[in-house]
Amino acid sequence: MTLASPARRARTTPPWWFMAPALLLFAFVVLVPSARGVYYAFTDWDGLDPHHSFVGLGNFADMVRDADAVQAIWHTLVIAVSITLVQNAVGLLLALGVNSAIKSRNVLRVFLFAPAVVTPIVTAYLWRNLLGPDGAVNSLFGAVGLDSWRQDWLGSADLALWAVVAVIVWQFAGYSMVIFLAGLQSVPQEVHEAAALDGAGPVRRFWSVTRPLLAPAFTINLMLSIIGGIKLFDQVYALTGGGPGHATDTLSTLIYKDAFTLGEFGYSIALAVVLTIIVAVASTGQYAVLSRSERAAS
Amino acid sequence: MNRYRPRTLALELGMIATALVVGFPVYVLANLAARPASDTSSPIRPTGSPTLENFTHAWQQGALGGALANSVLVTACSVAIVLAVSALAAYPLARVTARWSRSTYLLVLLGLVLPFQLASLPLYQTMRDLGLLGTPWALVLFHSGLQVPFTVFLYVGFLRALPRDFEDAALIDGCTPLQGFRYVVLPMLKPVTVTALVLNAVAVWNDFFTPLLYLSGSDRQTMPVAIAGFVGQYVTDWNLIFAALVISILPVLLVYFLLQRIIINGFAGGLRG
Repeated sequence: MTLASPARRARTTPPWWFMAPALLLFAFVVLVPSARGVYYAFTDWDGLDPHHSFVGLGNFADMVRDADAVQAIWHTLVIAVSITLVQNAVGLLLALGVNSAIKSRNVLRVFLFAPAVVTPIVTAYLWRNLLGPDGAVNSLFGAVGLDSWRQDWLGSADLALWAVVAVIVWQFAGYSMVIFLAGLQSVPQEVHEAAALDGAGPVRRFWSVTRPLLAPAFTINLMLSIIGGIKLFDQVYALTGGGPGHATDTLSTLIYKDAFTLGEFGYSIALAVVLTIIVAVASTGQYAVLSRSERAAS
Repeated sequence: MNRYRPRTLALELGMIATALVVGFPVYVLANLAARPASDTSSPIRPTGSPTLENFTHAWQQGALGGALANSVLVTACSVAIVLAVSALAAYPLARVTARWSRSTYLLVLLGLVLPFQLASLPLYQTMRDLGLLGTPWALVLFHSGLQVPFTVFLYVGFLRALPRDFEDAALIDGCTPLQGFRYVVLPMLKPVTVTALVLNAVAVWNDFFTPLLYLSGSDRQTMPVAIAGFVGQYVTDWNLIFAALVISILPVLLVYFLLQRIIINGFAGGLRG
């Protein structure tokens, strides 16, 4: 027993060089290029020519005048907010359904999550066909007598953005479900029973017992969907290519086009800086709000 | 609450109906991939003459076997590297309370917020100068660095909740720090390693933007880029395209259904990690 106290004081301090490989990779791939990116945003760099000149805020001033860029920023925000609301609402309902006494709950959980592991570009190409004028969605509406619902979903400037949102919700609602489900399963059964004994109905039990304990699941789900929505590229690229016209262009698709089809790397990186600012504001803002409500709940 | 009541049956039927809606695209995918191009009836009518012809054509003309091999190579190498370096780095970051350790950790967490679009264009230039463009190694290098912040974050969170007594005992018994890490800490990290493995593997496998940039025009494409190229080439030949989509999905779904418990827990595990 006398040996215990010197033993406790002999702390293992892992050496700093354990961090070296990870930090080198991180610096090479993320930090240094990001810093260079911020610098290039103030130049007219074309991506090839090492010579470039400093243009100050020129790229950002161009952006304000560029209707496509302003629209793309707006689309990015609309998509991120819609996905966040719809995907999490659907995911929560699915989680409540799968967390009930139904017999198919295990099969359904595995089945409903499956789309989330499939490559987004692949499911997006599938949906491009399904949503086409002669696609399966219109055929289905025709078959059940809803001919007036038939639309050119991706070819219409009014509908295409919502079609993109629907495809993403289809793919990732199961992801939200799985995270909510983990939260639901952490709610002890006894707490529910106690509340029921006290006369609380199912809605009241959900609101007063389940919801506060789901706070960590909400934090993760909202974070994932809003950041995923802001960075969205693959599905727009495959479904509409940003079209019709620029009706579905997001910041990411515009960054890609400006850099690789127009050769305007400086301008494209300025758009990436705006994207970075939006992600930073959204995630810190959300984190602040949600961690306050998490503290309030606990 | 756990009894099966008439309301439970209604819920059960409702959930199954929802699952059918979710599964509808998969049915159409299989139906179109399996029918000959001459069949132009409604896409929702099951085909009367199923064929495997589209699959053999897609496999040969799309060079999908090579793409599959490239995807496996890139995913396996990237995930192995990122797990190894991140677990190692997380050890001092979680255990040392000195200032340099805390500020380094904050710097790494900054990487969670920086979108890869910002770094990918300047990095494109660096990869070109190094002659790595068009090779799978550009992707391995990229993912190994890009996934560091998230993976370190998972490991540090997990390590901070672990008691230090075993490591201290190992040190007293004369282990070097590296031995202590290898034989004492690493085995305890197994649960979070499974989570990190699943999430990183899915992220790397499914990535499209980076290989689109770094591998365009090369013959060493990963599956997502090969599929995009295939769609671009056979624009309206949807039966053939659908067969290619099925081929690219099958290995993923096969792994998913075999390891579904581990994979679903991995995705849900971010909650506890």
